[in-house]
Amino acid sequence: MNDQTVRLERITKNYGTVDMPDNLNLDVAAKEKATSEPMVRFENVAKRYGTLTVLDKLNLDIARNEKVSIIGPSGSGKTTVLRMLMTLERINEGVIWVDGEPLTHMQKNGQMVTASDRHLRRVRGKIGMVFQHFNLFPHMTALQNCMEAPVSVLGLSKQEAEARAAELLDMVGLGDKKSHFPIQLSGGQKQRVAIARALAMRPKVMLFDEVTSALDPELVGEVLNVIRKLGAEHNLTMLMVTHQMGFAKEFSDRVCFFYGGKIAEQGPPDQLFSDPQNERTRQFLSAVLEAG
Amino acid sequence: MNIWDWSYVWEALPYIYRGAIVTVQATLLGFAIALVLGLVFALIRQSPNRYISTAMAEIVEFIRSTPLLLQVFFVYFVGPQFGVVIPAWSAGIGVLGIHYAAYCSECYRGGIENVEGGQWEACTALNLSKSRSWRAIILPQAIPPIVPSLGNYFISMFKDTPILAAIAILEMLQQAKNFGANNYRYIEAITMVGFFYLVFSLVASAIVQTVGFWLNRRYHLQ
Repeated sequence: MNDQTVRLERITKNYGTVDMPDNLNLDVAAKEKATSEPMVRFENVAKRYGTLTVLDKLNLDIARNEKVSIIGPSGSGKTTVLRMLMTLERINEGVIWVDGEPLTHMQKNGQMVTASDRHLRRVRGKIGMVFQHFNLFPHMTALQNCMEAPVSVLGLSKQEAEARAAELLDMVGLGDKKSHFPIQLSGGQKQRVAIARALAMRPKVMLFDEVTSALDPELVGEVLNVIRKLGAEHNLTMLMVTHQMGFAKEFSDRVCFFYGGKIAEQGPPDQLFSDPQNERTRQFLSAVLEAG
Repeated sequence: MNIWDWSYVWEALPYIYRGAIVTVQATLLGFAIALVLGLVFALIRQSPNRYISTAMAEIVEFIRSTPLLLQVFFVYFVGPQFGVVIPAWSAGIGVLGIHYAAYCSECYRGGIENVEGGQWEACTALNLSKSRSWRAIILPQAIPPIVPSLGNYFISMFKDTPILAAIAILEMLQQAKNFGANNYRYIEAITMVGFFYLVFSLVASAIVQTVGFWLNRRYHLQ
């Protein structure tokens, strides 16, 4: 038994009910770490609220630089996937790995135990998130919003952080709004500031949680354009929950359709949208496309 | 005999002035304690440890559910029986401060809970530390909106300072009462004190409103 198998057995011991999936070849994964190790791995992850199972034994690997869209009806657990990865929700079973190390767990005296705050803070630094309702800090200007975390978390000097923030605000097309407060910005502008703010932390993985759902229709495009540009120009792993089927089709390498807390179907967008195999996917897509 | 005699006014003035100094000092010091301690109570109440937060909630409830006068008596008269001797001035201001800290903590709690949950999520997503999240993000949004209610407690506390007379602190009303007792003449002294309370309350309330307005604008809230 190699180290990883031993570790996994210990996780199994702690969590009791983790099944080893057949397709998880740990030896190969360990050898090919540098190249093909996934950026994010959900391994038998389950999330429950009381007796309600939101996610059931989720296994999902996301490769480096891969763009994955998550679609599905509301209540299917798709947002929960992002929230767990951002550590906004605790998981009940399984392990989430980020960049080759466990996020939700850590090693202590040779045992895998639930991660401490310190461990969470370290690993979580690789992940950035953009929210449906922006969650900008209302008492700070656009520039200050983008400077706060680089200064207080990464320890950048004010000048460095300001240069970085200014550059990012330019990139999202808001170079002229640096000293505006969120209340003075439109929804689309707020969301672009939020993207710049997340990028200022130099994450390896970006999570987008229905980032255009709270926007007026005419403002959706400007936000999607920024995301398009990000995907084209930067080495970022991106995971997005979206209702914009057209964008998901055009932008992502892979689309996952969630239904009832499980991945009901996944595949390349062309295949999934034009020739869905699962009855649920067909129903969902026809309902969504009819409405949209 | 006149209903109102100005000579008594001039005679009472130095006593009431001395008392007013004591009253204002007690109010300012007591409220400073209440503001700081109230915030501490409120933060402890937010502890993720359920036992700690419940214990804090019970303590606050206990303080709010017993009379201020009783608390003052307890510290000043019962304390010495157990070897805890606190001078009247410290005991009085301390108890005033702690009593109003309990009220202020509820105020702070309201302000804190009114800050959108999304703000905490953004703090987590940006990896801010707990203390930095509180100081830079949550409290600057939580406090400006509650300044008016904190101000109400400031004025309430000011009006509760006569309780200090019960442990022989010569605050304004006690001075007036003594003056009245010595001269068999109460109306001028008591009326002057009432007038002073009224003026102080009105001025304080105007200041509080200005501060609240200024803070909300400074932090671009609402």
